[in-house]
Amino acid sequence: MSIIVLLVFISLAIAVLFLGAFIWSMNSGQFDDTYGPSVRMLYDDKKSRKHDTLNKDKRS
Amino acid sequence: MELNTLVDIEIKCYHCGEPCADEQHAIDDKVFCCYGCKTVFEIIRENDLCEYYSFDERPGVTLRHVSEETYAYLDAPSVRKKLMEFDSPAFGRVWFYVPAIHCISCIWLLENLQRISKDILKSEVDFAGKRVRIDFNTTHITPGKLANLLASLGYVPQINLDVERKQQAAPNKALITKLAVAGFSFGNIMMLSFPEYLGLDDTDTSLRMLFSYLNIMLALPVIAYSGRDYFVNAWHSFSNRQINIDVPIAAGLFALFARSVFDISLHIGPGYLDSLTGLVFFLLIGRWFQSKTYESLAFDRDYKSYFPLAVQKWAGLDWVPVVAHDLHVGDQIKIRNIEIVPADSTLLSKEAFIDYSFVTGESKPVKVNRGDLIYAGGRLIGLPIELCVTKKISQSHLTSLWNNQVFQKPEESRYKRNIDKAARAFTWVVMGIALLTAIVWYLYDPSRLWLVLTSVLMVACPCALALAAPFTYGSMLRAFGRQGFYLKNADVIERLAGIDAIVFDKTGTITQGADQIKFVGELDNLELNAARQLTASSTHPMSTLITKSIQSGAQVQISDFKEHPGKGIEGKFGGRVMKVGSAAYVGFRGTMEDMSSKVFVAVEGRVCGYFRMETALRKEVKGLVARLQDKCVALLSGDHASDETRMKTIFPAHVNLLFDQSPHDKLAYISNLQRKERKIMMIGDGLNDSGALKQSDVGVAVTDDTGVFTPACDGILFGAKLGSLDHFLALSKSATVILKIGFGISFFYNLIALSFAVTGHLTPIVAAILMPISSITVVGFSTMAVHWVTKSLSSPVSVISDTVDSPDSIQ
Repeated sequence: MSIIVLLVFISLAIAVLFLGAFIWSMNSGQFDDTYGPSVRMLYDDKKSRKHDTLNKDKRS
Repeated sequence: MELNTLVDIEIKCYHCGEPCADEQHAIDDKVFCCYGCKTVFEIIRENDLCEYYSFDERPGVTLRHVSEETYAYLDAPSVRKKLMEFDSPAFGRVWFYVPAIHCISCIWLLENLQRISKDILKSEVDFAGKRVRIDFNTTHITPGKLANLLASLGYVPQINLDVERKQQAAPNKALITKLAVAGFSFGNIMMLSFPEYLGLDDTDTSLRMLFSYLNIMLALPVIAYSGRDYFVNAWHSFSNRQINIDVPIAAGLFALFARSVFDISLHIGPGYLDSLTGLVFFLLIGRWFQSKTYESLAFDRDYKSYFPLAVQKWAGLDWVPVVAHDLHVGDQIKIRNIEIVPADSTLLSKEAFIDYSFVTGESKPVKVNRGDLIYAGGRLIGLPIELCVTKKISQSHLTSLWNNQVFQKPEESRYKRNIDKAARAFTWVVMGIALLTAIVWYLYDPSRLWLVLTSVLMVACPCALALAAPFTYGSMLRAFGRQGFYLKNADVIERLAGIDAIVFDKTGTITQGADQIKFVGELDNLELNAARQLTASSTHPMSTLITKSIQSGAQVQISDFKEHPGKGIEGKFGGRVMKVGSAAYVGFRGTMEDMSSKVFVAVEGRVCGYFRMETALRKEVKGLVARLQDKCVALLSGDHASDETRMKTIFPAHVNLLFDQSPHDKLAYISNLQRKERKIMMIGDGLNDSGALKQSDVGVAVTDDTGVFTPACDGILFGAKLGSLDHFLALSKSATVILKIGFGISFFYNLIALSFAVTGHLTPIVAAILMPISSITVVGFSTMAVHWVTKSLSSPVSVISDTVDSPDSIQ
């Protein structure tokens, strides 16, 4: 019987963990803008970094 | 400047995609419509950001309509404090609201600002809110300079210092957290209750008790946190001696919880905690569903978000930017081209042309001479002027409208909602039943009296009733949104259903867009082009409008150009003399109504015709007015009566056509009608309609672009969808019918549950089955019915317009 008690507590602990994770992610603004990130990942940031370093080289 | 008038009109600006009809500027093989677009391109190219043009074709925002507003006033300490989210000697963070954000390229450019200025540390776009957050080094750059930088790129930030807007998103987050907690508890309590329902052996008493106590632990946050609002609201309405829907809900929740704790602690049964948490969970889902708002639209703007925040004031030695609200009577201010005059003032400069279209709806610029009064809200056209303030901003002619008491009262208190009426009836019925049951049980078996009484209160909890409205109106709100009609909140639909009188504004509402210049008379192509060249050389506002209205053709050489201020202009082309100007100037002897708004053209002394300003009517209006029949009661225009004959062809005889209406007149007209017990819908578009929109039962602002200013209102309607207005009214009526059926269903379930409760048979398992089923039926019925109704009615709606953006692009 005691194994059920243990399992119940473990399952509750995991559920609380997920609830906490959800609330944290929401308060940290992860759901504020659902469109931006989907676009942002398409930007080619490698290229821009290269350009940046080129510019820096030119300046120095 | 590379000016070339031999243009193919098909050429589009490389930056903004607008046709380059008037002028052309080229760099390499790229063509730009104006100097502004070219400058932006140069900035972007200089900083190696040309990728901007690779994500979306022609992503830029045209700069032609943008003033060179200076943002230096943002650096004034008091403004800066309000504006900045975080400010320290080395690091600062600021949010700018930039309505122009519309595509992938916008995001990319605005997030690479650090490549333009190394003092910008990081910038991030919130696409849904059309905002950009900029982290920057405060020692080298100021918020004012940042705003100037954004404006120079074509992304003109709109500065709004109202603190309320900043915290708009917060309540929704709290609601979702509550919902999450309720969902978590509901799920776990259900899991822990199952063994009980499926039959635990009597040998497992210790396990049963453990589960029950765990359930109480899990239900505590639901009662104390998630369901807190219901108790608070119930208490408020109780102390106001009113009964709204929250009162029976709070009573039910309390009865459920108290009875469960009682049962569990006395080992009578497992309690009703699964029903309780399920109830709260469903109720919160309903709230969340109803709280759908259109983030990027603003329904609560007043003149403050439209008037300039700062103006140039003469400080004895120099012009300094000051916050407009600190202007005092007697201050000397300077206004530049297309800026708005913030307060009633007298003109110190020689003359000025003021466009009052936002105040009166009259779009022809008015000439003002030295010493004349200029009303707040007028837009300057032409050279900079100096003014002397005669009234404080809040006391000015237009802005005093906001001192009317309509603007002071919170809107919601003015209306009694269907749901509260139903809740009141419901509460009385339940109290009657409870009393009756108590009497019967007192006589029959007094020991079970309290148990039965709590059961009655428990099942009487009008959960399904409370869900019917959010889901019916919420679904309808979304359906309207898909059709281009955005409502402030779901309650508006209920008021919409009761509308029996509709009042229209004229300019911008039933007429559309900018004024068009039409030429009446005879001029051949060559002469028309000569007129274009001639007017292009003059800075008079009418000339500019005429120049724009004529499509350029062959180039004509103009010589001997002369301008006679206040009269007209003349010049020679191909040996002939052309005169453009007033009737007297060109020698027109005939008579005509309203000569002042016409510009005559004469060649070699012969009057060939005249240019006339005309606004195009929206093509849907005529059909709409016909379909609305008696509901359409009046047209209120701030304009002169010159358009009356045209309006008479559209509106039937019973419609009041009123012209020369001031914003105050419009408000008064609406409240007069309301005194006759009519429910009024006002349809307008400008600042001058603000009072009427607010006073009316439903105020709808018509706009062709949600990015531009709309006054405070209950709903925003796309101009192209104006013709569907009668459909929207019909739909809101069906929403009310659906809601009433939903009420009926929930009453029916409550009756079944009550029959269990009254007879003392309400076991936890019966409650656990009945309560969710009733909620789900009501929710399912409401959403399906609304879906079905809008589907069957929306097909003719969608045919009417093809010009409107999809709702996704507005979000």
